[in-house]
Amino acid sequence: MGAGHGGVLGAAYVPGSSVVHRLAPHLKLVAVLGFAVVVVATPVHAGWAWAAYAGHLALVLGAAAVAGVGPRRLARGLVVEVPFVVFALLLPVVAEGPRVQVAGLSLSESGLTAAGGLLAKATLSVLAATVLAATTDPRALVRGLERLRLPTVLVQILMFMVRYTDVVGGELRRMRVARESRGFRGRHLGALRVLGPAAGSLFIRSYERGERVHLAMLSRGYTGRMPTGPVAAVRAGAWMTALALPVAAAAVLACGLLLG
Amino acid sequence: MSEPPPDTSLLVEDLAFAYPDGHQALFGVDLRVERGERVALLGPNGAGKTTLVLHLNGILRGGRGAVRVAGLPVDRQHLQEVRRRVGIVFQDPDDQLFMPTVGEDVAFGPRNLGLPEAEVTARVAAALDQVGMAGSADRPPHHLSFGQRRRVAVATVLSMHPEILVLDEPSSNLDPAGRRELAEVLEALPVTMLMVTHDLPYALQLCPRSVVLDDGVVVADGPTRELLADTHLLAAHRLELPFGFDPANVP
Repeated sequence: MGAGHGGVLGAAYVPGSSVVHRLAPHLKLVAVLGFAVVVVATPVHAGWAWAAYAGHLALVLGAAAVAGVGPRRLARGLVVEVPFVVFALLLPVVAEGPRVQVAGLSLSESGLTAAGGLLAKATLSVLAATVLAATTDPRALVRGLERLRLPTVLVQILMFMVRYTDVVGGELRRMRVARESRGFRGRHLGALRVLGPAAGSLFIRSYERGERVHLAMLSRGYTGRMPTGPVAAVRAGAWMTALALPVAAAAVLACGLLLG
Repeated sequence: MSEPPPDTSLLVEDLAFAYPDGHQALFGVDLRVERGERVALLGPNGAGKTTLVLHLNGILRGGRGAVRVAGLPVDRQHLQEVRRRVGIVFQDPDDQLFMPTVGEDVAFGPRNLGLPEAEVTARVAAALDQVGMAGSADRPPHHLSFGQRRRVAVATVLSMHPEILVLDEPSSNLDPAGRRELAEVLEALPVTMLMVTHDLPYALQLCPRSVVLDDGVVVADGPTRELLADTHLLAAHRLELPFGFDPANVP
């Protein structure tokens, strides 16, 4: 009973062969991080801020178009932003300072600006990250992080997460099928008395699996360091392609600073 | 203690072990496996089979007795070399295959040995070929069937060129075709093999010799066909042949 193809994590990835897909994962990571830094550095209070955000948006949508990532996939990626949106919506209500009346509500002006800036920055960064996730296989992403010298313990944790999410997800699914096959319906509060122990037993099973995996690793000479294979050299051209996004965003920011 | 002759792959002498909680699993096990032999280790659940296996590569240590792998004592100084020489294939291939792709997983052991990359690549290709999985190096393990994962798990230790291959319940959860394919792979491997199993027909098919372990001691050791024909022995140690199976009538 193998897990389905792709699984939970694989669902983020949209296979393709665009320029963006073919870039080395660590280049894309650097590019997205650089883009996010530029976006965050764009000052919210400047008069030209919104023109700059529009420029950034055009850039990230352009990158998505080149990568063949559709609007629907981008919208799905934005779901992770929801907690920020809630926080941003609260800001105008709770912030201090001069207030304006909007539809009968007294809202703080500075709160509105801050909320708008927060939303714009978060949305732009999440869009860029969505393009990254949609064009990079999760396994390649972990290799990219490793190449960027992320501490090896973190890389190993991520690697095991990628490998075992589907295995643990499969166990969770089988447990649910077994519960429901015996007439269980988790639609009321009392169901927590069943779901709690189920979560506990899943934790114990996963913990025990972790021990067995460790045993299997020790048996093959694991000493704490994850051995890695050879890495392909990256051409300068690939760097140029990858850095086009953050550099263009920086150019937008520079234009704003100089002209605005 | 006299030096064992070099053609002994595995020598277990008077091995006893109790877990920290006081449960004693082994009470003095003696076992000798010659190079090139294929031996089945039979016994009911709780007989101490897994405990014995974990002693073979030094995961468990510290009881009475000694284990030697091709003459090398299993102790702290020789741990890395012992783990190269003893290739354990665990029961659940999802425990064994933890790397993102099949090829990286088969390369895990050789890279831990510090082999040069060209050698690692050659060993990965050879090991996958030996288990009939050539060309699967770039596939993620969870895309393989259970039988394929079991065979890849065998490849992950073959790539370390082990002195002895130890298989824990190799036929469990396999469908009949997967079972036959694995048997063909195992039969063709030119290595010493110790196969832990409840699957008596499988033991008869693959291993000319069997050892029965029960309550932490070896209670029988002999040709598999003779042991399986001894109904009193099987009954006394909770071993049962499948319905209608007669070891005397198997070719």
